Amino acid sequence: MKDVAVIGIGMTKFGELWNKSIKDIFVEASLKAIDNAGVDHIDSMYVGAMSSGLFVGQEHIAAVMADYLGMGPVPSTHVESACASGGMAFRQAYLDVASGNSEIVLAAGVEKMNDGADATAVLATAADQEYEVYNGITFPGLYAMMANAHMHDFKTTPEQLAAVAVKNHHNGFNNPNAQFRSEITIDTVLNSTLVADPLHLLDCSPVTDGGAAVILCPLDMAKNFTDKAVKIIASTQASGTISLYERESFTSIKAVVKAAEKAYKQANLKPSDIDFAEVHDCFTISEIIVSEDLGFFNKGKGGFAVQEGKTSIETGEIPINTSGGLKSKGHPVGATGIAQVIELYEQLTEQAGKRQVKNAHIGMAQNMGGSGASCTINILEAL
Amino acid sequence: MISPRYVREVPQRYRLEASKCKTCGKINFPPRLICPSCKSREFETITLSDKGKILTYTVIRVASAIFSRETPYAVAIIETTEGAKLMAMIADTNLDDVAIGKKVKLVFRKIQDEGVSGLHCYGYKAIVI
Repeated sequence: MKDVAVIGIGMTKFGELWNKSIKDIFVEASLKAIDNAGVDHIDSMYVGAMSSGLFVGQEHIAAVMADYLGMGPVPSTHVESACASGGMAFRQAYLDVASGNSEIVLAAGVEKMNDGADATAVLATAADQEYEVYNGITFPGLYAMMANAHMHDFKTTPEQLAAVAVKNHHNGFNNPNAQFRSEITIDTVLNSTLVADPLHLLDCSPVTDGGAAVILCPLDMAKNFTDKAVKIIASTQASGTISLYERESFTSIKAVVKAAEKAYKQANLKPSDIDFAEVHDCFTISEIIVSEDLGFFNKGKGGFAVQEGKTSIETGEIPINTSGGLKSKGHPVGATGIAQVIELYEQLTEQAGKRQVKNAHIGMAQNMGGSGASCTINILEAL
Repeated sequence: MISPRYVREVPQRYRLEASKCKTCGKINFPPRLICPSCKSREFETITLSDKGKILTYTVIRVASAIFSRETPYAVAIIETTEGAKLMAMIADTNLDDVAIGKKVKLVFRKIQDEGVSGLHCYGYKAIVI
């Protein structure tokens, strides 16, 4: 396998992009990445999108995007793994380059969620339709069940959940592409309306339109294009049970644990070697659970860690979601995994501005689908 | 016109039929073709009892359109006395009485009205006892 680098990034602003179609959003992000990398062609492309069919009634999305990007003949492949579609598209692009099959590859994600669809129903298709959703559960509901179990088992508090949202909004305040650039307080979260007990509205990531794209190439070619390349040192993936109720534990996500074990082994690292991480905070409880499953904190201590500032940019031993995370930056599901990689790239090339983590050499992106039935982890290193 | 999917799932939804692995004993609900624990493909069909307890739960305040007229309602993960697990809406129970560890009884109820025709779809719900 060849060593692979990320050599260019591009994303749209995340938010309610009423005047832009899914094609506009995808092409805008992709052209930015192509221009940023300085490449004059691509050999193949991977399109991460969860459900363009249900959100905007458009399937065959890989071909649509190759056409509108003006890349007609190049192979274009749609990658779907619910909320992990973007991260999985990145991994497929990585494998395409690492295998020697392609040289310059576009990995891009997109979702257009504000075009009239019942977003709650569409997102729920990432859970088991016949035995979970049929019985009235929603996505916030699934994570709320995990939160209740975590609070029951480890004395995690609503204030600790809220502290995740407060931190991520603080980080997103300094991200010009974030959907919500506003500081909030613990009380703002706790006083917001309940969506699924114990999760309040501000414990939940928003419904977002957005696109994100990166360009990959073999590491030994990277210097031909840029002096700001970042090396991919691990790219892994794991699957778990689709239904939450089938799990042995509701306070740990096995696919995350397994993908992390493989990633640490592939990169020959341990959790304490990671300088900062972008993790899948679709809900505040998921950041807490994942920060434990990745080995940053002992099981049950994730809530206490965020409350004590251990995950903040300013004081943290492991800053988490420096971009603002899904919570503040926004969560256009198919674009999210790519946007996480973009934050790693900006941090590792010291272009993160007021969000910059000091001495950032190794960053991890953790992206998962559904209630954790799929997970991909990518670790990137500064050169 | 009833959807084939609905008819296909009647044994599980109406009668709580599960498959018990003949090799490792794991109970799969719904039944599967291969045991996720031991990979055996030999099962016996069993009918779950109507008794269980709540492992975790939530109260849904914002639902998708099909359940929006029923909010707020609780949904729980139930472990039956046999050790099978399933997800069910809570019925006939004050929301304040729903908690981890509470005992429940599974009952046959209407679950939702499906599609534009509003077809009544049935299944199991749980009552805290």
